[in-house]
Amino acid sequence: MKISFLLNGERVDLTGVSPQTTLLDWLRETRGLTGTKEGCNEGDCGACTVMVRDDGGLRALNACILFLPQLHGRSVVTVEGLASRDGTLHPVQKAMVTHHGSQCGFCTPGIVMSLAVAHASGETDFDAVLAGNLCRCTGYAPIIRAAEAAAREKSPEDFPGRIPPEKVDRAEDDLTGGAAAVIESADALADWCLAHPDGRIVGGATDLGLHVTKGLADLGPMAFVGRCADLKTIRISSRETWFGAAVTITDMARSLIPLHPDFTAMLSRFGSVQVRNAATIGGNIANGSPIGDAPPALIALGAVLHLRRGAERRQVPLEDFYIEYGKQDRQPGEFVEAVSVPRQVDRLACYKLSKRFDQDISAVCGCFSIHVQDGRVARARIAFGGMAGVPKRARAVEAALTGKPWTDDTIAAAWAAWEEDFAPLSDMRASAHYRLEAARNMLIRYYLEDLGAQTRVRAVSA
Amino acid sequence: MTVARPLPHDSAELHVTGAARYVDDIPLPAGALNLAFGTSPVARGRILSMDLDAVRAAPGVVAVLTAGDLPFANDVSPSIHDEPLLAVEEVFYVGQPLFVVAAVSHLAARKAAKLAKLEFEEMEPLLTIDAALAADSRFEDGPRIYEKGDARAAIAAAPLSARGRFEIGGQEHFYLEGQAAAAVVQEGGDMLVYSSTQHPTEIQHKVAEAIGLPMHAVRVETRRMGGGFGGKESQGNALAVSCAVISRLTGRPCRMRYDRDDDMVITGKRHDFRIDYTVGFDETGRIHGVDFLQYTRCGWSQDLSLPVADRAMLHADNAYLLPACRIESHRLKTNMCSATAFRGFGGPQGMVGIERVVDHVAHELGLDPLAVRRANFYADFKDMEAGAAGPGGAGGPSAPRPGDAGTPPESISDEMKQGGPEEDLTSRGAAGLLAPDAVHAAPAGVQTTPYGMPVEDCIINAMVDALAEESQYDERRAEVASWNESQPILKKGIALTPVKFGISFTLTHLNQAGALVHVYQDGSVHMNHGGTEMGQGLFRKVQQVAAEGFGIDPAQVRITATDTGKVPNTSATAASSGSDLNGMAVKAACDTIRGRMAELLGRLHQVPPSAVIFAGGKVIAGATEMTFAEAAALTYQNRVSLSATGFYRTPKVEWDRIAGKGRPFYYFAYGAAVSEVVIDTLTGEYRILRTDVLHDAGRSLNPALDIGQIEGGFVQGAGWLTTEELVWDDKGRLRTHAPSTYKIPACGDRPDIFNVALWDGENREETIYRSKAVGEPPFMLGISVLMALSDAVAACGTTYPALDAPATPERVLAAVMRVRDGV
Repeated sequence: MKISFLLNGERVDLTGVSPQTTLLDWLRETRGLTGTKEGCNEGDCGACTVMVRDDGGLRALNACILFLPQLHGRSVVTVEGLASRDGTLHPVQKAMVTHHGSQCGFCTPGIVMSLAVAHASGETDFDAVLAGNLCRCTGYAPIIRAAEAAAREKSPEDFPGRIPPEKVDRAEDDLTGGAAAVIESADALADWCLAHPDGRIVGGATDLGLHVTKGLADLGPMAFVGRCADLKTIRISSRETWFGAAVTITDMARSLIPLHPDFTAMLSRFGSVQVRNAATIGGNIANGSPIGDAPPALIALGAVLHLRRGAERRQVPLEDFYIEYGKQDRQPGEFVEAVSVPRQVDRLACYKLSKRFDQDISAVCGCFSIHVQDGRVARARIAFGGMAGVPKRARAVEAALTGKPWTDDTIAAAWAAWEEDFAPLSDMRASAHYRLEAARNMLIRYYLEDLGAQTRVRAVSA
Repeated sequence: MTVARPLPHDSAELHVTGAARYVDDIPLPAGALNLAFGTSPVARGRILSMDLDAVRAAPGVVAVLTAGDLPFANDVSPSIHDEPLLAVEEVFYVGQPLFVVAAVSHLAARKAAKLAKLEFEEMEPLLTIDAALAADSRFEDGPRIYEKGDARAAIAAAPLSARGRFEIGGQEHFYLEGQAAAAVVQEGGDMLVYSSTQHPTEIQHKVAEAIGLPMHAVRVETRRMGGGFGGKESQGNALAVSCAVISRLTGRPCRMRYDRDDDMVITGKRHDFRIDYTVGFDETGRIHGVDFLQYTRCGWSQDLSLPVADRAMLHADNAYLLPACRIESHRLKTNMCSATAFRGFGGPQGMVGIERVVDHVAHELGLDPLAVRRANFYADFKDMEAGAAGPGGAGGPSAPRPGDAGTPPESISDEMKQGGPEEDLTSRGAAGLLAPDAVHAAPAGVQTTPYGMPVEDCIINAMVDALAEESQYDERRAEVASWNESQPILKKGIALTPVKFGISFTLTHLNQAGALVHVYQDGSVHMNHGGTEMGQGLFRKVQQVAAEGFGIDPAQVRITATDTGKVPNTSATAASSGSDLNGMAVKAACDTIRGRMAELLGRLHQVPPSAVIFAGGKVIAGATEMTFAEAAALTYQNRVSLSATGFYRTPKVEWDRIAGKGRPFYYFAYGAAVSEVVIDTLTGEYRILRTDVLHDAGRSLNPALDIGQIEGGFVQGAGWLTTEELVWDDKGRLRTHAPSTYKIPACGDRPDIFNVALWDGENREETIYRSKAVGEPPFMLGISVLMALSDAVAACGTTYPALDAPATPERVLAAVMRVRDGV
């Protein structure tokens, strides 16, 4: 396989590299570019953040869980390439110095790159921008002061994030033994999957990357789908909203703003900017995790999964896709092509509960869509992550509510139903007792919010 | 003045461009090997067999060593030689290194290390405090006890009493740069070591032992760390020693870094504590006596646990004058990673204990906790000097202490046992060798700590008054109360907590430092000292001290990597001591050189040396003015040395840790914080809405760097007490071994409103330009968050919240339910 991309403006053509080589290892060990740091090697700390540009624009990504083939046809800028050619620091770099934004300096390259991407787009919600960049020294305050100061400065003329990627060959023409392929269409992926029923489909690699960096696994045949334009479509019609499997969480969240704003709000806590920029909705659904954040919300919205095997396509309600822990309704050679959500009046609320607000994995993620007519519950769809081995509907609770008056008595009467639906586990994130307790209380919160009560700590100020 | 200027971190431009080199970024000569440990999967057991054939056969593997392959010492302990580099016969925790693999790449070494076939005879591990107590598994013979007055009698005689149990979790350092080292064998077997360490001398010592050479054959260089926080005081030994041993064996450069998960599993963390307390008090909130039982899980080896546990005892009073106090400390040996130094070094655990007691007392009395705090503070020194009693009425004027003016006896080294080569005297884990009879008793009538140290520099009353006013504490407390009246789901809480933190190594002889300064003939200055740079800005501060000494611009003073070949026998950069010790040592070296230059120039220009002025890059001797460079050149031509060492030792400290008596600290640093939080009583989620800090850095050497330490310390302290939860399972396996499961504060977790100010004052003691240490004390400002959460929970019912730490959302919700149910 031949991989071509721009690195700090210079063309790189690679052949013969293992497709599961991460950009971070390659930068540091092969190129000697040691400015990009390894903090955790799993996409949680952001010390390895780089800027990547493609047709979709400029994005911050974690280099530690980014495989080289994912860069094919893209332009990569590392911290070494950020300053102007004459050595003038980027406004973000300058402000980080002036405002004492670095102490030990190890997270700094990643912070600088995240802020530089935000600077280019004019984004100023810095808590969101930096949720995926951990700093252990500063307490973040001086970094925010630096970011605010830099936001008042113009982008440099030769800002390297503007360098467009060069046109590259179709990499799949250069397959070596079929072990890895950069796929460019859904049809080609369908063929590849038939030929490699045990193969791995790599979207953003935010989960699969860890199999390599932590599991030390050999992934076998890999299909990289980041260049499949037809798997990246978002289509909003009067009947449904359609998300191709390779749509990133970032793009999905943006498109949901007018439809289901609370879904967007919850997705803004999905991983971090870097993770959302890479992770795909198809991956989040297909990996079968019981604690993925999108599936409960999608189930609450009645989403339908579109599966494809060769030329055959079928649809299943998303909740039926999850059979049990580690087991999904997917045949060998079959892949997730898209997920669609029926258009509906928005009644969705998403409650993600975790130890830390940002960039944490849910202990419990409860999603509620309860339609009330004439004071009675007409329809209720409630789904949870973190409460069972799979993302799961609360069917007994739904039944206990449906047709009843929308009152606190009804909610109290559903008390016992929760234990019919869920027998959660205790683990390092939460105890079983807490999970159940919090899940019950989330319904109370939904009800109170419906009455207009203030129940979210993030909405409160001193 | 160059000192006191808010200059940025010395490496700031290197940081933001990615040019700052950390150990793993240093290019090594060709053929470098990468190392990884194979580690124990069981917490306690006997090794039956280790089949390493597959490891040796794995691609890229060059060498595999077990304990039997080590040529000399198999020991990386900083204290009592109870920590083999590689396990011998038995294992004591999950993650204990069993063998080390050297391979052509980091990934190849890690992959190979997983291929061992291991068999153990497993034994029941001791994991909990109760299990360790039942098995009497502990370090030292029994509990250590410090006592002032008869605490139990005072409690019994007090009008009111309360008791409770407080569980306090540990903390992972999560330095962003993991542990790392490299070694390059030199001619004749000498060893050059690069180490991400706070303690280069200890690395030098352990490496020398491991390769069977004197310390002079080993040179350790540390330019910077990507964070340390105590986690690189002793935990880097294993990597540096491994690299040196295998470099010696293979003749190739060796590099080792832990993958993050390995780092979190293998290395030690902050000690967790259980504190049982009984307190006697009166209706005004005045405490009559407190009885503390402190239990801590030290893990499998002693490491630095004894001085950590000591420091917890030494901070059990925080800023409160306790008329009677008893502290009993149990240092328990468990089958977990060996808990180690972490910012505050036990101090935070001791301090949060008394803050919990005060909070509890206030709740019992229905008083504002701040009122109870004020009723118990030590008297400020200004009030004492005015002859007024402290607010608690038990202060009294301070009298000069006997021996106050005296420095330690000149013959101090004679009082020490000869340390053998195996004794690492520069480690905080070394035995205290100061003869106990050197400790003076405090004079009668002076307010003293529970360990008998007079408190003569207290400013906490004035600071708290200023902070309460500036932050509008009273008004906001009323607003919080009215919010809580009207809001059914979201409850607010507010708390103001003080910090009084003792500054000095409690192992008295560590309170020394050296420096080496060269002035070149072009007037540029090369500066070196024993301190290490881990982000705290030490190098910049000390550079400012040197520039001040010569009256030149800091840019003329070159900051150089810490190097055991330049300054020997250094103490760890720890205990907040970096600037105090090394700043003074550098100043001494600069003063020596400046003195020589002044002497010469005075002689040449017919003025007394004291009239030669060094300022603004110029040297002025009478009517003659020249640049500093010209003066340096002139000094050189007159054959006067432009190179000097500097040395400093902290005066006044003397401490008997067995008796718990003396003056372990040169002075105290003070601070206070007010935090306001909101909690969700449905899920336990919360947020810090606002924090105001007033902190005492004395006459700050660099206000920008000091504020950076305060902001960062606060957030780290708040993280310890809120979201940072370490979870081990019943097999002794750490379940939170990566940032995906262990949650340090993220950007959005810092307070919405965050005001930090420096107290305008100076150190009463003669520290470097009257500044105060600032590394650790601000960490404990984070206690205000835990107490604010307690305040918010208390608004949900009638009983005391008894909120344990870390106060995760789950613990907050559980406390809400308890308080609501009245239990």
